[in-house]
Formats: sequence, structure tokens, C-alpha cells
Amino acid sequence: MWLTRPFNERSTQIFLLILTVAVIAVTVLHLAVPAGHPLYVSGYTVGLLGKYLTYALLAVAVDLVWGYLGILSLGHGAFFAIGGYAMGMYLMRQIGDRGTYGDPILPDFMVFLNWDSLPWFWYGFDMAWFAFAMVLIAPGLLALVFGWLAFRSRVTGVYLSIITQAMTFALMLAFFRNEMGFGGNNGLTDFRELLGFDLRSGATRLGLFIASGVALALGYVVCRSIVGSKLGRVCVATRDAEARTRFLGYRVERFQLFVFVVSAMLAGVAGALYVPQVGIINPSEFDPIFSIEIVLWVALGGRASLYGAVIGAVLVNYAKTVFTGVMPDAWLFALGGLFVFVTVFLPQGVAGLLGHLKRRRDDEPSDSETPDKEATA
Amino acid sequence: MRIPCYSWTPRVMPRIVTCLLISLLAWFPMAVQAQEDDGQALLEALDTRSFDDKSDAITAIIESEHERADVWLQALLDSDLQRLKDSGRFVIALETAGLDVTVEDAMTGEAIGEVSRRDLDRLTINNALRSQLRSAISLVELYNGEQDARLDAARRLIGNVEEEQVEPLTNRMAEEPSAAVRHRLNQALAVYRLNQGDVEAVEVLSGSLNSNVRVALNRATQSEDPLVVDAATTALADIEQNLKINRAAETLYFGLSMGSVLVLAAIGLAITFGVMGVINMAHGELIMLGAYTTWAMQQLLPGQPGLALILAIPAGFMVSALVGVAIERGVIQFLKGRPLETLLATFGISLILQQLVRTVISPLNRTVITPEWMSGSLVVNDALSLTLNRMYVLGFALVVFAGLILIMRHTRLGLEVRAVTQNRNMARSMGIRATRVDIMTFALGSGVAGLAGVALSQLTNVGPNLGQNYIIDSFMVVVFGGVGNLWGTLVAGMSLGIINQVLEPWAGAVLAKIIVLVFIILFIQKRPRGLFPQKGRAAEG
Amino acid sequence: MSFFQALTERDRVFDFMTPQASTVDVRHGPILYMEDVTVSFDGFKAINKLNLTIDDGELRCIIGPNGAGKTTMMDIITGKTRPNEGSVWFGSRHNLLHMNEPEIASLGIGRKFQKPTVFEALSVFENLELAMAADKRIIPTLTARLTGEVKDRIDEVLETIGLTALRYQPAGILSHGQKQWLEIGMLLMQRPRLLLVDEPVAGMTEQEMERTAELLTGLAGKQSVVVVEHDMGFVRSIARQVTVLHQGSVLAEGTMDQVSSDPSVVEVYLGADDEEAA
Repeated sequence: MWLTRPFNERSTQIFLLILTVAVIAVTVLHLAVPAGHPLYVSGYTVGLLGKYLTYALLAVAVDLVWGYLGILSLGHGAFFAIGGYAMGMYLMRQIGDRGTYGDPILPDFMVFLNWDSLPWFWYGFDMAWFAFAMVLIAPGLLALVFGWLAFRSRVTGVYLSIITQAMTFALMLAFFRNEMGFGGNNGLTDFRELLGFDLRSGATRLGLFIASGVALALGYVVCRSIVGSKLGRVCVATRDAEARTRFLGYRVERFQLFVFVVSAMLAGVAGALYVPQVGIINPSEFDPIFSIEIVLWVALGGRASLYGAVIGAVLVNYAKTVFTGVMPDAWLFALGGLFVFVTVFLPQGVAGLLGHLKRRRDDEPSDSETPDKEATA
Repeated sequence: MRIPCYSWTPRVMPRIVTCLLISLLAWFPMAVQAQEDDGQALLEALDTRSFDDKSDAITAIIESEHERADVWLQALLDSDLQRLKDSGRFVIALETAGLDVTVEDAMTGEAIGEVSRRDLDRLTINNALRSQLRSAISLVELYNGEQDARLDAARRLIGNVEEEQVEPLTNRMAEEPSAAVRHRLNQALAVYRLNQGDVEAVEVLSGSLNSNVRVALNRATQSEDPLVVDAATTALADIEQNLKINRAAETLYFGLSMGSVLVLAAIGLAITFGVMGVINMAHGELIMLGAYTTWAMQQLLPGQPGLALILAIPAGFMVSALVGVAIERGVIQFLKGRPLETLLATFGISLILQQLVRTVISPLNRTVITPEWMSGSLVVNDALSLTLNRMYVLGFALVVFAGLILIMRHTRLGLEVRAVTQNRNMARSMGIRATRVDIMTFALGSGVAGLAGVALSQLTNVGPNLGQNYIIDSFMVVVFGGVGNLWGTLVAGMSLGIINQVLEPWAGAVLAKIIVLVFIILFIQKRPRGLFPQKGRAAEG
Repeated sequence: MSFFQALTERDRVFDFMTPQASTVDVRHGPILYMEDVTVSFDGFKAINKLNLTIDDGELRCIIGPNGAGKTTMMDIITGKTRPNEGSVWFGSRHNLLHMNEPEIASLGIGRKFQKPTVFEALSVFENLELAMAADKRIIPTLTARLTGEVKDRIDEVLETIGLTALRYQPAGILSHGQKQWLEIGMLLMQRPRLLLVDEPVAGMTEQEMERTAELLTGLAGKQSVVVVEHDMGFVRSIARQVTVLHQGSVLAEGTMDQVSSDPSVVEVYLGADDEEAA
């Protein structure tokens, strides 16, 4: 079965092992160690780490299209945000009549705007299964339509980057409008519970953290099984010589579309897990700058290396947390400098650096360069 | 969500009625005081508690044809005509700073200096008097003003003519040398006649764009005389037609103006991206630097905003060009042939430049002064006036564009740039120094961004985020127009500007922008190489 | 039969579900048939009323001075460029002008580019794997497994092109000549009916050239091969039938000896020399 293939790869085994150990360690340190102890992990930190994990999943999604397919999407924040909104709408409906205005059906902002009924696209979001399906379907559908239009007319390279950026920008402007029915400027917030669990309790927060870890592991395995398959090799072939791949008889645009949609869905899942952990979703997630930042995580971690994307996402966001706390003004300098530094001096990213060091040590090709022979065979 | 808060009837109607009443009362005793040519006495008459008496006094001043009559009336209208408590001397307040008021003598106009506000008595007026004053000032100006002032005065009279003014105005019209002023006066009188129920007056008013004329005609449609109603309705329809044309012209003007901004912002990018193939995400920040250069120039030359603005044109070009060259040499040259990496690196630079401006100058917006010769507007007719600053920017954009076309077509640099673009290795082997050409091209594109910044400083706020707002639009314009084609950029920018303005009235600004973005995204799918694509083997790349 | 009936019919498979049939009808003679084809770029006619027929199993060499339209002709056959006029048929069943590149490729037309293009990040083995004739839709590609049969076939081709020792090396490290060979190997994996080969021996040593000539002549008979080449010695060594292109149309056709004694051909080549000298 193609989905189980990654479990035979050493890099995937190591990655899953490290991820599992990290998640268990955080859980144990949070639950078993008394507060005040130097090893204690606070609830706040658990939430923060959970957020990093969703970002890591988002980075993996971006790496799938950029690293292996050569499509630099500057609009993946949009898929992330749409997944987040789908989750946010479910959480809004879960508030029920406990909102400020006490309306059993309408969310507060609609009451505030004097709306008398629920817009049609909010129907069904009171049911968890429907909302969770939408987390996948909504971003997937947008990616399908957008990608179908773009790949069919062979819009690639820089042009595609620019129009994906325009797409997320247009969505940001749209979601800022109150008339759209997604809470406008303020977005969706004041959530109370998810599947009956109180979102403010520590246990739920820990549960969400673990769920994020599981989602990341699953996303990683899905991506790994795609890039390790013959389809993954078609992607790489497309990335490096698109015309040649066509002449071999592959319908390149369909492969691009397939991978693009899978990636958008993963981004949607990341967004859906992100929202209950930060407690809000608003149009700023559509900001083109956020989408470019995601690309930086991937670039820093190492393009075309999925674990590199995870490393990059965690590193940059940890740095962001530290910097914005200590010297907020310096953060944009650091971020900007990082962009320049990575592209000029570290084109292979941290993963490339690791691979290089490893090769020096045992003088054999790393598996990020050439897929395992056992896996191919 | 906004509720339109326009409604003219309740405000206008009572004013006109009171106006008529007061005027009727006011005109009788004028002969007595008019013989006195003593200004002091004219003003003394104003210092009374009764507003009716004040009204008489105002009439007297008008009839006196005193040389400072217009000054007094204006000062009275602005509540600047005051009286010193101790000497009883009439003064006009020029400037108020706290308790201190700078005043001049009302009789002679000589400066007196500062006095305390406590030492002054203000001559108060009410709304009815204000209305009378405005119409009176018009009359006074009509007699002794310059042509522009007379025209302005005549316009103000439309809809505000009182019975007593009819005769002097008719006389004035016969003497008036300027046809334009005569036309206005004729309209003013016609509105008066229409209000009296005169059908023939409608003919004079037909096609006029003045809002007071429309008010009068609208009122006439409520008249009891069916002839008047018919005539007024037809005239209104004519006016509506005329207004539509003017509105279309205004939309076109705003569209071209917005388009010129887009062209300015994008044309530098058309060079660096279109010709060199370099994606410079810091282009917006180069625009921002141009705008800040204008601000800095005005700080260096306080009191001379116009000169500073003109000097800012070369300075803005140089600053942005130098920064651009620094970016090219420092980063972009190491990323040749890797467009996506170039995009990311230059985005990093854009973050750094923005934060630099925030840290060094201020995170807040700076004010750039608009010089006098650029402010105000060109009045075409009552419904259409074109703001001058936008017109200057439009002209500037066209000049910059023409300049670039000349450089690319007719200079050695342009030739070399085109050669390097088409075949880098071949060009090198023919002795063209490709590196030098790269630097020059990038400097040119960046410098033009600086010019865009100088122009933008006259239209929008100058702040650290200025550039960010234009970068996506600029890329859209370049891609829409067809990469590598300056004319395409011009056409694309202008048409996007116009499309946006046409959509705005019924879709709102934000939705219009979204529609335009979606339109471009779809357009690129249909024609990936833009409006004016390059054809042939070279374009296949 | 109604649409619904057609949909519910169980004993046949829908057109869109059947793999692309690569049945090329050559009963009526030629495998490739181009008639009155014209292409212009901004008014410049790169191909002008070109007529060309390739018989099944034939090895044809196409020569001509620079700008004669040789590469553009290949672009048209493979669907990269659409002609303004004319018709192009593959066998007597498939109108190539109604198909895109992948469809044409899966019909059995393989192409080797002028500049060798292999997938540099993939290994030699993987390059051949991707080229192999197989179901090239998404899901089959995703779930494809390397069967013994596939591996044998790849090994066979590796042997033919002499790259067995380098099978797990990334193609990026190969020499220029090796890349040319790998690309020819990829063509072989496709099992095409018609091979379009653009300058196969550019940058090769004498020995490599000989092996290439052997390989190409060995293919002819089973497959049809069209070779565009500048190297006259190489053309003379393999060609039975030669077509001379000039300014987008056929100038002469025949054996190498016939063609090289044709006065108009001589004039074109000498004329071109004059221009270059000037």
C-alpha cells in the first residue's frame, strides 16, 4: 500500500520518533511536574507549542508544492485561513445563546449588524461533522478552481506566485467587509467549547496540542508517501523540466492540480487546529505578508525536505516569540535579514546543511537527495 | 451601513422665507442714511441690539458704495467685526491666539496690533442676517470686484435674489462687460422669476448645472400652474442628461488620475521585472523612499514647499536609484536565474527598509505640503471641477513615461538593455558590459520608483506602509499589460484605473478593488502573457 | 439509446475511462503525413507550405541551414506549436492538430530535444522509470509499484545505452554525451512508433557517434525515426532517405547522393556560406 511506504524510510521513522517523544515529553512535563519546578511546562507554553505544530503542518503543505512541484504559492495563508474560518464558524455556532446578545442562533456580530437570519453559507456549521468536512472541502475547492484555471493555461513560475498573492489579497479585502458575513474586521472569536470540551480548560488545551502533533504526523506521512511514489518523481520532473515531462506523456497540469489541492487541504487542517488554540480567526491571516513568511520557514528549513519545513517553522516562530517579547522593533529587521541570508547563503536551508554535515561524516548520499533504494524497489 | 444624511428642503425653505421678509422690512429707510458718507456712522448703526435695525444698517452700507463696504460685510459675516470697549473704535480681528487678538482698524485698514479679547465687543448676527450678508456681499462684489470675483458673486446670487435686488441687478446686467457674468446674472434673475411663477424663465435655466437652479426647478414642478410644471420637468430632464455627461467625465478623470498613479508605480517595475526579469518586491519601498525624500526636502527648505517639491524630483530619483543599485549589487546579482529566490530576498529587504523608516523617522505618517500652485481645482462648470494636484500627477506620469520610451528607444543604454535582454551571452561577446547594463537598468527602474514616490506624496499619506499598498497593484499592472512592454503597462494602468472608478459608485471602493483583482486573475488565465505579449521563439524562453 | 441508458450500460467502459489507445493505422502507407503546413511568428513564416511524409519503419534524415524550420517542424508534430494552416496526421486515424503534448506523446511519438533535457535531480534509473510506457494518470502513478518486469525492461535499456554502472547516480552528474544517451534511452522506454531526434550527436566523440548511428539504424524497421542533424558525416553514415529544408519548405528529397548533387541544394548551402562570410 502506497500510504505505508514511508514507514520503511529511515528519515520518516526518525521524524516520527522525535515528534512522538517531544509530544509525550511535553505532556508529561505539563501534567506530572509541579508548577514552579524548572522543568514544568505551563499551559501557556503548551498552547504556544500547539500553535507551532499547526504552523509546521502548514509549512509541510507549502513545501509539498514548492519543494517538489516548483510552484511558489504566495497564497497558502488563504487556505490556512479558510480552514480556520470553517472551524471558527463551527465554534461560533457552539456558543449558542451564551453570547452577549443571547441569540440562540445568530452569532453576536450578526445581531450587532441587525441581521435577522443566518446567511445560507452558515447552515450546517452547527454540526461538527459538517464543519470538519468543510475544513477540507472549502480550501480544497478554492485550490481546485484556482489551480484548474491557472495550470490549464500554464501559468507557472513567478506569474503564479504573483496571482496567488493577488488571490489572498483579494480574499483579505473581501473578508474585511462586514457584508461578507464572516465578522468583518474582528473576525470570529469568544469561542467557548469544541465538541463539548471547554476551550478555556487546561485539559482541552493539552488535547489540542496532542491533536496538532497527530495531525502533523499524519500530514507528514501523507506528503512523504506522495513524494516517495512515482507521482512524487513526476512532480520533481515537472519542477525541473516541465516541457520534457509533457513529452513523456504526463498531463502535467493534472498532477500539479492534484498536489496543489492536497496541499491546500493540509493547510486547511492546520488552520482549523490553529483557531481553537489561539481563540480567534480574523482577516489578517489572509495578509500576503503572512503567506510569504510561511515560504521563509520552508526556505530556512530546507526546500524539498519535509522535515526541514518543520524545523524551519518551529525555529522562525520560536525566534518570533522571543524577539517580539524582548525587542519588538528588531523583529522585522531580523526577519528581513533572515530572508536575505537564507536565499543568498543557505539555499538548501538547515536540512541541506544537516545533509551536508552527515555526508561529510559517513560519506554517503543522504536520503533527502536520493530516495531510499528499498523504498523505490 | 451608512445612512445618507442629505436633504436640502428643510434647511433651505425657511431661510428663503425669512430672507424675503427681512428684505421687505429693510429696504424702506435706506435713503436717510445713505446720504451720510461717513463710515463711522454706517458702522455705528450696526451696533444695535435689534436684528431688524442691523439689517437696515447692512442695507445702508451696501447703498453707500463705501470703498471698504465689502471688507466690513465680510468681517461681519465672519464675526470678525468688533468694537474696542474703551475707545469705541471699530476693528477687524485678523488672528486669534488664546486671549490675544490681532486687529486692524476697520476704517483705514491700518494694523493696530494685539489686544485682549476681553477689551472687545463682538457685533453679533443671526442666520437671517448671515443670509442677507452673503447676498449683499455678492452685490457689492458685483459692483467693484475683479471679473473672477464678479463671476463668483453672480453664481452665489443664483437662488438668493430678493425682490429689491431685481432692479439693480437688471441694471448691472446691462452694464456688465463680461458675457459669463451676464449669463450668471441672467440665470439668477430667471430663478427669481421662476419662483414668481414665470414660465418663460425656464428657458433660460434649461441645461444649467447649478444646484440652486435645480432646487428652483424642482420646486417649480410642485407648482399649481401646469405650464410651469411641464416646462420645469422638461428642463430638469435636460439637466439630468447634462449632469450624466459631466459625471461620466468626472469618473473618467478620476480613473485617469488613479491610472496615472498605477502607471507611475508600475512603470519602474516594468523595467526591472519586464526587461531584466528581476522580481523586486522592495519596489514599493523604493516608492516610499521617494515620498520621504519629498518630505525631507520640505524640511530642509521650510516655507518653500513648491521649490522643495521640484528639487525632490531629481533628489527622489537619485535616492531610490542609489538604494536600488545597492540592492542589485548587494543581493540580486547573487541570485541570477533564480527568480523565486530573488522574490523572497527582496521581500526581506522591503521589510528591513520599512522598519528602518519606522525606527529612524517615525512610525506615524508625515505631512507633505502641497504647494499653492498645485492646490485648488480647475472649475469646468458647476458640476465638474478637476483637482489640480491630480492633473499635475497625470501630466507628470505621462512625461515620465515618454521619457522612458525615449531612453529605451533612442539611447545607447536602451539599445544595450534590449540587446542584453534578448541574448545575454551574444551581447557580451559583442563588447557590451552586461554587468554595467544591469546596474544602469536597475538604477533607472528604481529611480522611476522614486519619482512615483514624489508624485504620490501629493496624493496620499506618506508613511512606512506607503509602498506596501502599491506593490501588488504594480505587479498586476505589469502582468496585465504584458511583461516587457512599456506601452502595455501604460494601457493596463490607465484601463485598470478607469475600470476601478467605473465600478466604485455601485460596488463601493473595496468591492471594486476585489472585482478588479479577480478580473486580472481570470484574465491572466486566458492570456498568460498579458494584453500585449511578446511573440515568437524568444518569448518561449 | 438514451444518455441514461448509455450511462448504466454495464458491458462497456466509458471512453474517458479507457486508456489512450495507441493503435496507429498505417494500413494506408505513411505514419506521418504533413500537408501545406504554415506557421508564422509576427509575419515571419518559419514554416511555409511544408509537405512531408514519413513511411512506417523508415529512417529519415532532415538537413537544412539554420532557420530552415527544422525545430519548428518538430514543435508542430509534438503539439508545442500550432500551425496557422495545414494538416498533420499520425497514421490515417489521428489528427495531431486536435491534441496536446501529453496526448501526442501517449500516441507513441517520442522526442529528443536539441539540448539534452533529462531530470537532473532524479537518478538515471528514475529517469527511465518515468519515461516508461505505462498508465500515466494520477492515481495509477501514485500507486505504481516497480514490478520485476519493469525492472528488467529498465535494466535492458540501461545495458543498451551503457549506463548500468551509473544507474543510481543523479542524472545531473552525467557528461554531455551520457545525457544524450540517457535521453535516447528514455525514448526507448516510451516504445514510440515515431522517434523525433534533434541533433543526437552534438558534442559526442567519434566512438560515441558510431554507437549512436548503430543504435538508430537498429531501431529503424521496428520504429520510424526522424533525425535532424548538422553533421554531414553522421547523416551520410545512417541515412537512406534525406530531406532538405530551406526557408520553411522542402527543397529536395532523395538519397544522400541525389541530394548533394542537386544544384539548388548546393546553391542554398554555398549561398549561406557567402552570407556568413560577408
